[in-house]
Amino acid sequence: MSAESKYETHEYDVLVIGAGGAGLRAAIEASAMGARTALVCKSLLGKAHTVMAEGGIAAAMANVDPQDGWETHFKDTMRGGVFVNNWRMAQLHAQQAPDRVRELERWGAVFDRTHDGKILQRAFGGHTYRRLVHVGDRTGLEMIRTLQEKGVHQGIDVFMECAVTRLLKDGDRIAGAFAYWRETGRYVIFKSKAVVLCTGGIGKAYKITSNSWEYTGDGQALAYHAGAELLDMEFLQFHPTGMVWPPGVSGLLVTESVRGDGGQLRNNKGERFMFKHIPDRYKPQISETEAEANQWIAEIRAGKQPTARKPAELLPRDIVARGIYMEVKEGRGSPHGGVFLDISHMPAEYVKKKLPSMYHQFKDLADVDITREPMEVGPTTHYIMGGIRVNPDTQESAVPGLFAAGEAAGGLHGANRLGGNSLSDLLVFGKLAGEHAAQHAKTAGPPKVDDAQADGAAREMNEFFTRADGENPYQIHAELQDMMQSLVGIFRVEDELRKSLEKLATLKNRAARVCIKEGNKMFNPGWHLCKDLQNMILIAEAVARAAQFRKESRGAHSRLDHPGFNPEFAKVNTVAFKGRDGAMQLEGRPLPEMPAELKQLIETEKNHKERHG
Amino acid sequence: MAEVRKFKVYRGDKNGGQLTEYNVQVEPGMVVLDGIHQIQRTQAADLACRWNCKAAKCGSCSAEVNGKPRLLCKTRLDDFDPAEIITVRPVKTFPLIRDLVCDVSWNFEVNKKIPPLTPKKTADWVMHQEDMDRVQEFRKCIECFLCQNVCHVLRNHDLKDRFYGPRFMVRIACLEMHPMDGLDRTKLLKDEAGLGFCNITKCCTEVCPEEIHITDNAIIPLKERVADRHYDPLRAFWRKIMGADHPCTCADGG
Ligand SMILES: Cc1cc2nc3c(=O)[nH]c(=O)nc-3n(C[C@H](O)[C@H](O)[C@H](O)COP(=O)(O)OP(=O)(O)OC[C@H]3O[C@@H](n4cnc5c(N)ncnc54)[C@H](O)[C@@H]3O)c2cc1C
Ligand code: SF4
Ligand code: SF4
Ligand code: FES
Repeated sequence: MSAESKYETHEYDVLVIGAGGAGLRAAIEASAMGARTALVCKSLLGKAHTVMAEGGIAAAMANVDPQDGWETHFKDTMRGGVFVNNWRMAQLHAQQAPDRVRELERWGAVFDRTHDGKILQRAFGGHTYRRLVHVGDRTGLEMIRTLQEKGVHQGIDVFMECAVTRLLKDGDRIAGAFAYWRETGRYVIFKSKAVVLCTGGIGKAYKITSNSWEYTGDGQALAYHAGAELLDMEFLQFHPTGMVWPPGVSGLLVTESVRGDGGQLRNNKGERFMFKHIPDRYKPQISETEAEANQWIAEIRAGKQPTARKPAELLPRDIVARGIYMEVKEGRGSPHGGVFLDISHMPAEYVKKKLPSMYHQFKDLADVDITREPMEVGPTTHYIMGGIRVNPDTQESAVPGLFAAGEAAGGLHGANRLGGNSLSDLLVFGKLAGEHAAQHAKTAGPPKVDDAQADGAAREMNEFFTRADGENPYQIHAELQDMMQSLVGIFRVEDELRKSLEKLATLKNRAARVCIKEGNKMFNPGWHLCKDLQNMILIAEAVARAAQFRKESRGAHSRLDHPGFNPEFAKVNTVAFKGRDGAMQLEGRPLPEMPAELKQLIETEKNHKERHG
Repeated sequence: MAEVRKFKVYRGDKNGGQLTEYNVQVEPGMVVLDGIHQIQRTQAADLACRWNCKAAKCGSCSAEVNGKPRLLCKTRLDDFDPAEIITVRPVKTFPLIRDLVCDVSWNFEVNKKIPPLTPKKTADWVMHQEDMDRVQEFRKCIECFLCQNVCHVLRNHDLKDRFYGPRFMVRIACLEMHPMDGLDRTKLLKDEAGLGFCNITKCCTEVCPEEIHITDNAIIPLKERVADRHYDPLRAFWRKIMGADHPCTCADGG
């Protein structure tokens, strides 16, 4: 029997996998261009990670600081990413983000306002000017709800709680995807001329993370197996401020807006330790004394143009995360192994208005009233800068017809992402991916689904039940998380990376025999985890291999055995792909050449930086 | 030795089921969702439950804990008496899929019927914070559907074909009060959306984890708007079938 008659089959021009900001924006664009568009997601619509984003969307709209413009946003992004970003993506992103935000407003988003009725923007780490468009600390909810409304009224077909396990190919080109319904466990085939992967990140491979169960690296793994390349997987962001107590919420995010709105970091001696960690390249922007930092806070609170430099708490995330880590390691941490983040010096009403969900999160979950007492925070695995390698103008991967956008794609953020640059990334590149996928579908003929591929995909899922003697997936998952946390964490070293790869090989073998003894195919999370585990282990391998390859410290990637930049590695991105023998290959690929005018924009900065670190 | 807490969790599907007992090792600050995850990890790998954010932001983990509709990720074990058993059931108003997971797709269908923001023709989008405040209150909705779950019109009378429910009154209020919107949805409210079925028991407002004043700020102003424009026959109908002072039946979780 042919696969199409055996399995429930749907046919589309464009299949978008993932319904966060990137997927929704891609689907909206594809369908606006006349493509028959399907949107598939593992959770219910509106529950993707994007809903959790707090701080804001970075866009140089210059509503608050009139000096801002795309050039500065571009420079900030490149500097934050320590110059290994894809320059073209950084340029498109900075240029197009303001239009994407305005469009959201036209579709119903209700952002906080300035006194004169424009969209308000707040300060964030690494951004020269106040740039983050926001709604209190629930910007992601505003964004996803707006896109969701726009999408469903535009006739996109949504397949909720449907998980893709394999991409289908017709020769070299993409032919669609194989999935199961979470509710019933029934298999389903999506036949489509173009596929856009917007599946988000990989944080669930780590023990302490701000990420949900969905972040198992599915998109990266699907693309890898389909023949696409994974870029810069060593660049994994540890957000400096996650909750550390109580245990059930450890890793839960504490938004950077707390610092953007005046929050101070202190160790157990009461010292504002970030002033000790200001790299030379940030000195022009960052206060060197507490007095100056406090002046900046007073100025923004009064709604004035700041004359002081920004507090050291607003250095980019990689620097703050390492600063916190060192305080704890050297015995100056808080009782539960973090440091103190304090915003209680600001008026209670201000805190509740600006940070309502943080206020509730700490009050409800940790019995801490942040308007009166400090929070305890520490680094948490948050975001992957690396991802599926794409053409910067079209978002197409190395596989014809396969596109990627959002956190699942790599390139824009280089070695470290600035806060707010993800939500803008989703909008800008979600749109481009949708547009080019629809374009591709216009000229591509109908794909053919290969029966053997579909049957193979079904067999993989069935075997988790039929196998008699395997291990429980939860056990292997816990071991993976512990191992990645301790061996491929904030600080890395050759010995531990080698060990992690050995451990991963063992885990991979054990996971190949994983099985589920309870329940049936109806909404069975244990069964789902059996498959997710394979993806996490694969992606963990890409992270560890890339981390081993890059023998320098850059952005979020810190090698204890190779501190500082290495000029050889400054010239390359890392690329992981499946070799002919089926084993993972890793190589350095020269950075694309930047045009002269952009080079000039960042040259002075860069020289300074390579000299002073 | 760590403290142990007894959980009873509903296990079953549309064909029936029962409460099953589990022992959970208690950690400080634990929420009910942590308990469910521990059960999945150690005792019942197939226990079905939705969650995403663990921080009351996504509205996935709605269920009924000891009879009260709650978000599992926000319900602390130490809110209960130490001797009390923690009983977790799926929400009642929507058809059960499995264990704690219900079929809430009806809500997504309703949402499609509400015409989205339709901007007035105006060149500039100058909007002031004072006008945004009330709209932003409604935009806080995380679609946990707990209000839909407790509303007696849906829960006890199953009038899903007549009444959109409080969540969608909030949604419509949000559109109607948006300073740039140019559409009038009062006819929809009066007819298909069934606004007249709401008899202001306020049970929805009581359960809303986002503390949206659903009745006072959304439903009552909408009712006034509709009354301004139309005579409401549904209100008369409601009185006829329910009696004028219908008691609130939704907060007891029954
Ligand atoms: C707590 C928190 C706060 C944040 N705050 C900010 C902020 O203030 N500003 C900012 O810029 N960034 C922020 N970020 C980062 C940002 O929110 C994310 O990077 C971004 O939302 C990712 O969006 P996405 O569209 O790529 O993916 P997501 O929104 O994560 O969506 C992924 C989608 O893919 C689906 N999916 C995954 N695998 C499969 C599969 N196998 N089959 C089918 N569907 C699948 C999922 O169901 C989901 O719908 C924050 C992140 C977190 C966790
Ligand atoms: S006030 Fe009562 S009747 Fe009206 S929507 Fe809320 S719960 Fe339902
Ligand atoms: S209005 Fe409140 S209770 Fe109802 S769905 Fe929204 S957040 Fe939940
Ligand atoms: S898990 Fe998101 S609201 Fe509970």
